[in-house]
Amino acid sequence: MKRLLITLMIIASISYSCSDDDSRPSSANVNFVFSHTWDDVSIDNDNLNTINVTNENGELLDFTRIRYLISRFEFTNIEDGTSFLFNGYKFTDLSQTSTYNFSADNNTIPTGRYRLRFVWGFNEADNIDGAYLDLNSASWNWPAPLGGGYHFLQMDGQYNIDSTPSNYNFHNGTARFSENPPVYEQNFKVIDFYEIIEVNDNTSVEVIMNISEFFKNPHRWDLNILDTPLMPNYEAQKMMQDNVETVFSLGEITQN
Amino acid sequence: MKRAFCLFAFTLVLWNCSEDEVGYEPTPYQLEIPEIFADNIIAPIIPTTNPLTEEGVALGKRLFFDPILSDDGSMACASCHMPQSTFTDNLERSIGIDGLSGPRNSMPLFNLAWNYNERFNWDGKALSLETQAIEPVENPLELHSDWTEVIERLQNHPEYPELFRLAFKTSTISIELTTKSIAQFERTLISANSKFDRYSLGLTSLTPQELNGLDIFLREDKGDCFHCHGNPNNPLWTDNDFHNNGLDETFSDLGLGAVTGDPNDNGKFRTPSLRNLQFSPPYMHDGRFETLDEVIDFYSEGLQNSSTIDPLMKNVSQGGVQLSDSDKADLRAFLLTLSDPSFISNPDFQN
Ligand code: HEC
Ligand code: HEC
Repeated sequence: MKRLLITLMIIASISYSCSDDDSRPSSANVNFVFSHTWDDVSIDNDNLNTINVTNENGELLDFTRIRYLISRFEFTNIEDGTSFLFNGYKFTDLSQTSTYNFSADNNTIPTGRYRLRFVWGFNEADNIDGAYLDLNSASWNWPAPLGGGYHFLQMDGQYNIDSTPSNYNFHNGTARFSENPPVYEQNFKVIDFYEIIEVNDNTSVEVIMNISEFFKNPHRWDLNILDTPLMPNYEAQKMMQDNVETVFSLGEITQN
Repeated sequence: MKRAFCLFAFTLVLWNCSEDEVGYEPTPYQLEIPEIFADNIIAPIIPTTNPLTEEGVALGKRLFFDPILSDDGSMACASCHMPQSTFTDNLERSIGIDGLSGPRNSMPLFNLAWNYNERFNWDGKALSLETQAIEPVENPLELHSDWTEVIERLQNHPEYPELFRLAFKTSTISIELTTKSIAQFERTLISANSKFDRYSLGLTSLTPQELNGLDIFLREDKGDCFHCHGNPNNPLWTDNDFHNNGLDETFSDLGLGAVTGDPNDNGKFRTPSLRNLQFSPPYMHDGRFETLDEVIDFYSEGLQNSSTIDPLMKNVSQGGVQLSDSDKADLRAFLLTLSDPSFISNPDFQN
C-alpha cells in the first residue's frame, strides 16, 4: 500500500516535471470539419436514406450512398507565400459521421493568415492503382480497364421517384478517352478557396459540400439521359469534373 | 538531471507493476498473413480481449469438431460447416439435430478476421465471432443444447479441463472461454491461394476466357459485380456490407431489416465472398440457386424490383445486365479462378 502511494506521487510529479512550459502559440493545429447539404438542407447519416430532393433539371431523387475522396489539403501563407501540405487524404462515407472530420498527422503549422486548397480525388501522381490499403479494403478502386486508381465519388440512388423510379450511379474517377487503343485522362480538380483563414490558435475549418451543385453548374445534369453507366462515359466524366468546382465552400472558422 | 529523475521514476513504476504471477503462459499463435492480403488490404481484426494462442486455437478446433456441444451428441459445428465444403454444408437450408431445417443456407467460413465491420451471419445480427458462437449451441434448429449442460459435460470430461487450463490458465470452464477458443480457431481459417491469387502474385497466368470474364466482372456496362464483390485490389472478394441484390419482390426473410428495425434495410443481406464458390453450392441466403449458371442467369435476366433494391443493380426493368451466352461462360470461368483447393485440403483444418 505504501509502495503504491509513493509510486502514485512519483507518477504525478513526472507528469508535472516532464511537461513543457506554457507560452504564447507561435504554431497551432488545424482541423477540418465537413458538413453536407442539398442547398439549405443538411444531409447526414440520419436523413441520407430518407431525404428526397429535386435537382436543377427537375427530377425528384433519393440517395442510397454517398462516398467521396479529397486529398492534398494545403495552406498557403498569404504574406510570404510559404505553403504547408497536410499529409494523407480524406475518405468520407456519409453514412458514417466518424468520417466527416479530418486532421492530418502533420497538422501543426505556424500561426498566420492562409488560403486553403485541396484536390478533388487524387491527382495523377497520387492516383496509383492499388496503392492505398485502407481504400482497397473499402472497395474504393476504379477498375484497371478504365485507367485504374480510385473512385473520387460514388453517389447512388433513384430518380423520378414520383413517377417511374430508375437507378442512377453517379461515379467519378479517371476518364477513358478511348478504349482501343486505351487512352486515359486525369480527372481530378484543384479546389481553391479565396477566403482568408486566420490561424492565431488551434483552428477548426468547416468545409461545406453542397451536393446539388453536381447537377447544376455549369452543366445542368439530365439524369434521364445520364444515369448509368457513367464510369466509361468520357463526356459524363468531364462534366462531373467541371461541376465539382462549385460544390465546396468554406463555412465557419473557429479558434480555441 | 531532470531526465535522470524521470528515468528513475519510470523504473520504479515498472518494478511496482510486475510483482505478481510468474509461471505458465500459453504460447502466442503467429497468424501468418498471406502475401496477397498484406500487399493489398489492412490488417485483420484480432480483439485484444482474445489474443490467439497455440493452445486456444487447438482447443477451439477440437470443440468445433466435437458433437459434445449438441444435445444428443449427434452434431458438431462441423456438421454444417464441413472443411471439404469450404466450411459450409451443401444443403439448401441447414438441418439441425432434430431433423428440422432452419430458414437459411449455412455460411462458408474463411477470412473471418477480415470482416472489418464484425457483423456476422447473413443479416449481421452477431457482432463478433465470440458472440456468434453462443447462438448455434442453443438454437433449436441447430445444436439444440443448453449451455449450462454443455459446460457441465465439458467440465466432467477427462481432457477438456486440462485443455482449458493450457489455453486460458484456468480449468474452470465457462461459456465465455468456450466461445473465445472457437473464435480463435475460426480466425485461423484463411484462404488466399486461388488461381487468381497466384495470377496476382505473378506466379501463373489466366486463359483469355478467364481474363475476359474478369473484364465483364469489372465493367460497369457489362457485369458490374465489383462494386459489391471486391476486385483484384480487394482480394476478399466481398465488401462485407449489406445489400438487396434483387432476389425478390416481397420478403419472407427481412434480413438486416429485422435486425435494425429500419424498413429501408428490408431484404438486405451481407454480400458473400466469391472465393471458393466451386465448393459451396447452393447459393444465396436461402440456397435457392444450385449452380453458378443459375446465379449468372439471375443477374443477367432474373432481377426482381422492390423498394430497397440496391441502385447498383442495372436494368432492373429488363431483369438485369443482359449478358450474352459467351459473356456468361467467360464470367463463370473467371469466378471459378477464385476457388482455392488448398484451403479445403489444409491438414490444419481437418478433424
Ligand atoms: C444446423 C447447422 C449449423 C450448425 C450446427 C452450426 N451452424 Fe453456423 N451457420 C449455420 C447457418 C444456417 C448460418 C447462417 C445464419 C444466419 O444468417 O442466420 C451460420 C453462420 C455461421 C457463422 C457466420 C459466418 C459469417 O461469415 O458471418 C459462423 C461464424 C458460424 N456459423 C459458426 C458456427 C459455430 C462455431 C458452430 C458451432 C458452435 C456452428 N456455426 C454451428 C448453420 C449451422
Ligand atoms: C449491389 C451489390 C451486388 C452486386 C452489384 C452484385 N452482387 Fe452478388 N451478391 C450480393 C449479395 C447481397 C448477395 C447475397 C444475397 C442474398 O443471399 O440475399 C450476393 C450473392 C452472390 C452470389 C452467391 C454467393 C453465395 O455464396 O451464396 C454470387 C455467386 C454472386 N453474388 C455473384 C455476383 C456476380 C457475378 C455479380 C455481377 C454480375 C454480382 N454478384 C453483383 C451483392 C451484389
